[in-house]
Amino acid sequence: MKPASFRYAAARSVTEAVDLLSEHSDAAKLLAGGQSLVPMMNLRLSRPEILIDLNRIPQKDGIYVERGALRVEMLARQRSAERSELVRANLPILAEAISQIGHSQIRSRGTLVGSCCHADPSAEIPAVLAAVDGSVRLEGSQGLRDVPSQDFFLGFFQTALAPDEVATDLVFPLPPAGTGASFLEFARRHGDFAIVGVAALVTLGSDGSIARAALALAGVGPACVRASQAEAFLTGKRAEPTAFAEGARLASQEIEPQSDVQASEGYRRELARTLVERALATAAARAVREVA
Amino acid sequence: MEPQDRVRVQLTVNGSEVSRLVEARRTLADFLRDDLGLRGTHTGCEQGVCGACTVLVDGVAMRSCLTFAAQLDGAAVQTVEGLAGDGDLTPLQEAFRRRHALQCGYCTPGFLMTATEFLRENPSPSEQEIRTALSGQICRCTGYENIVQAVREAAGTLQADQRRQA
Repeated sequence: MKPASFRYAAARSVTEAVDLLSEHSDAAKLLAGGQSLVPMMNLRLSRPEILIDLNRIPQKDGIYVERGALRVEMLARQRSAERSELVRANLPILAEAISQIGHSQIRSRGTLVGSCCHADPSAEIPAVLAAVDGSVRLEGSQGLRDVPSQDFFLGFFQTALAPDEVATDLVFPLPPAGTGASFLEFARRHGDFAIVGVAALVTLGSDGSIARAALALAGVGPACVRASQAEAFLTGKRAEPTAFAEGARLASQEIEPQSDVQASEGYRRELARTLVERALATAAARAVREVA
Repeated sequence: MEPQDRVRVQLTVNGSEVSRLVEARRTLADFLRDDLGLRGTHTGCEQGVCGACTVLVDGVAMRSCLTFAAQLDGAAVQTVEGLAGDGDLTPLQEAFRRRHALQCGYCTPGFLMTATEFLRENPSPSEQEIRTALSGQICRCTGYENIVQAVREAAGTLQADQRRQA
């Protein structure tokens, strides 16, 4: 269980990382926290010839609130974000989701940006990014671009990253006032990969009805998905248990989960229904507190 | 910059300066065990799951099987050998011994390093907080009860020491 041989380069800037990627393209992988890549290398599922270490790039581990969004830089660790007052005050669902990733010794190294680039379909952070209509900022030899989450996550471990691009930031637009949110997942044991995960946001209008609902699910397809039919149904409804139950039923029908060694398709649908219903109720209760 | 097969690193391990030319693929766990002879850091799953290889890097608990030695130029690493040094056991180690918190002992270094970091950050934790903090460490002998008891006892010991010093 040792990685195959590789050559190592520590980039000192994003530009240098892009240059190294441009030069070595398919042979190279980027290393940030390494908590997904290195196990794959130890298992020889991944055998990059060159590893470009991003960890020596200075001043790229910040978390900021600016222009109505939370921006997380490429080297911000999951544990930093989980504990960040800025995150807890502005986007508490992100801290709630991160607390369910692996264990603290994994979160101390793992990065948020790296989790999105790895794009495991059961991962928590991509689901939160999708739920808030966030985006990923990329820097490559052709310049900078911001890719909305729905265009970034393309499938099983596949993203829109070009071979010479480095993801530098995640941008999470902050939900409007009156929004409550909840992240729930089910795994066999705490810290295991989620079988199904749900990010739910509910925004209540002044009359107490649902002005907007956002539902993103992990573990039910090749990439995280929004349950748009359930969202459309919930909009305008009173925030009450019958609406949450029907929204959850719709969400469990519109997803296309697959059977695998962990769970059957039917089990995942049932789990999705249960988790969506609970997450909607919790998000709505938190929205009421937000309004009050 | 040209990617290298071997990388020169200079770091401190348990307070001692170390300088080595390491193969790029050398994990920190293998570097500690095979290059430095510090066999207290155990390798179990080598994929980040079991926690046996947990060490502190710049005070932060992490998996040494998922970190490359080549990345650690300038870092300060602490392993289980660095807890007591040549002197007395730490209150945590003492509590593990008193509470019979190990049987085969294979997982123990990882538990000690995780709990050392945890108690430094949270000196008077609840039992639930202890269980959450230890959830990333796997023990196949003890059933965890004695380990949790030992960490609770160590937390009490630490508090008493702090009162004495105050």
